[in-house]
Amino acid sequence: MVARSTIPAGDFRTSYAADTTIFPTRTSRNFAIAGVILLCFAPQVFSEFWLSIAIQIGIFSIAALGLNILVGFTGQISIGQAGFFLLGAFTSAYINNAYAIPVFFAIPLAGVVTALVGLVFGIPAARLKGLYLVIATLAAQYILLDFFSRAEWFSGGSVPASANPFSILGYTLRGDRQYFYVVLAYVLVSYILVTNLMRTRDGRALIAIRDHYLSAEIMGINLTKYRTLSFGLAAFFAGIAGALYAHYQLVVSQEGFGIERSILFLAMIIIGGTGSIMGTLMGTAFVVLLPESMEWLSHHLKGGAIDKALALNNNITFLREIAIGLIIIAFLMFEPDGLAHRWRQIKTYWKLYPFSH
Amino acid sequence: MNTAFLIQLLVNGLVVGTLYGVVAMSFVLIYKATQVVNFAQGELLLIGAWVCWTLLTKFQVPFWAGMPLSLIFMFAFGIAIQVVILRPMIGEPIISVIMVTIGLSTVFQAALKWIYGVNPQPFPPVFSSKAVDIFGLQIQTVYVMSLVVSVLMMLGMAWFFKASKYGLAMRATAFNQQVAQSLGISVKSVFAMAWAISATVSAVAGVVVAVVNGVSSGLSAYGIKVFPAAILGGLDSVGGAVLGGIIIGLLENIAQYVDSQYLHWGNLYEIAPFYVLIIILMIKPYGLFGTRDIERI
Repeated sequence: MVARSTIPAGDFRTSYAADTTIFPTRTSRNFAIAGVILLCFAPQVFSEFWLSIAIQIGIFSIAALGLNILVGFTGQISIGQAGFFLLGAFTSAYINNAYAIPVFFAIPLAGVVTALVGLVFGIPAARLKGLYLVIATLAAQYILLDFFSRAEWFSGGSVPASANPFSILGYTLRGDRQYFYVVLAYVLVSYILVTNLMRTRDGRALIAIRDHYLSAEIMGINLTKYRTLSFGLAAFFAGIAGALYAHYQLVVSQEGFGIERSILFLAMIIIGGTGSIMGTLMGTAFVVLLPESMEWLSHHLKGGAIDKALALNNNITFLREIAIGLIIIAFLMFEPDGLAHRWRQIKTYWKLYPFSH
Repeated sequence: MNTAFLIQLLVNGLVVGTLYGVVAMSFVLIYKATQVVNFAQGELLLIGAWVCWTLLTKFQVPFWAGMPLSLIFMFAFGIAIQVVILRPMIGEPIISVIMVTIGLSTVFQAALKWIYGVNPQPFPPVFSSKAVDIFGLQIQTVYVMSLVVSVLMMLGMAWFFKASKYGLAMRATAFNQQVAQSLGISVKSVFAMAWAISATVSAVAGVVVAVVNGVSSGLSAYGIKVFPAAILGGLDSVGGAVLGGIIIGLLENIAQYVDSQYLHWGNLYEIAPFYVLIIILMIKPYGLFGTRDIERI
């Protein structure tokens, strides 16, 4: 979905294949492939700290990608993504522990289970629009969290559930360096899947619903089916991400997955750009790196005048939340298309330099 | 059957329910006038309560002066939010506007924790006597006050919409913005006024809750409880919001009773409204009194 304004003059697409291609030029495709190959060497180069951040970005970006299908492509809002994320995490840990299903299969299975639950919550969504839907997902979030604190057989209640490390063919992956590849594989597969989904008939149906659902319905698009479907897809990716998170952390607890985490997921796609697949990745990176950079900043300001005046180091959690909130508002007011749009503009600027048209 | 306990809970439910009703009313007011779903309603409550608390404890202002002062502040605050944050968002997709209020709620919540800390603070006592005797029931004075204040606010709101010129302008704007504008109503000022009134009314509710329970960030939970109430009544019906609030308040306490007497599941109080919410959305998506959306192309 390249915005028309960022295509240089004279660049006309003459076939559908050219219009729906993922990479507009051969160079961009080669760059993407080279980037992935370079990423494969990241565990050898970077420190554990940076790897753990990369893993977090990867995991959260999968959940954010699911949310972006729902919000960015179908035009529905959900503030229950963290609930589904947690459901995936608990499910994967549970079926791995209780039924001895290997982690390798437990992760996609958890995604499927979460998708089914997502579909259940999606049923009212099929009848509801915008505002009512937001509130239904809010209820979903609360009901799911309540369920986790109640169902001790499933989630351990107040005690965090434990999860086994990822293993494949009897070989157990340990540590960030090895787990990085698992996350990388999942990120690649999900992003390619979703990119391709958006090029198909179903993907275009979702976009049509977002742009004008009445016209879409008149053109023969089954609103109920596609709305519920996008709900299920969003839950599916949240579940996959949650399961990956569970087997990364090796414990699953409810801590930190309340409504504020759901808002964080929304922040990721807003900052990255709703309806932009690469933007999701950028937005997630932004949201994950923001607290880290604030930590770094406050660490360097420690003992200084600003620190003493505002008690920065004691209140870093609150400041982080304030920053997230302010950034959401600022992006919505000044850059509603997110980082993806900015990135396109920068690219166009260099491409067309020194003539801007 | 524990009758005394049940009656106690029902009274409780009625009091809390009217408060929910008041907050839901101010929520619906914003929605009706400006088509914005305000996720920061609970934070408005909280800000009102903290401002009043600050005036009363830090500046030693008496209650009869502190309360109006904080309401005046909230009135201005409501206008400020509308003008600075929400006015530039007019015409943006509804998703963006909702997200802005979610962002606002995050900012307010965190900023208040930063300023006042996370511990609940007791409110200075407002009444000398702790409880009054009504029909042989010992009811706390603050509860009576809460009920009276809530009902007064509802009546005030009803008068405002029915009889005052500004209320009429607001109703006209809610009905059709373009027609209202062409008749000389300043839609801009109606929007600002809706936020101002909503913030003020929420602040009253916030102070009342604070007098009963003390001030803490938990107060903003009222902003979440508002959703079941408003949905039950219908998102765009002021009367429905009040009724929805009362029903949700009673329901919570009945759930509490059933839970403690029979089921022993624990914590049903918190979650029952959300189940009800889902059920309502499934069978009656536009609530009890909400207008059905009829769309034309």
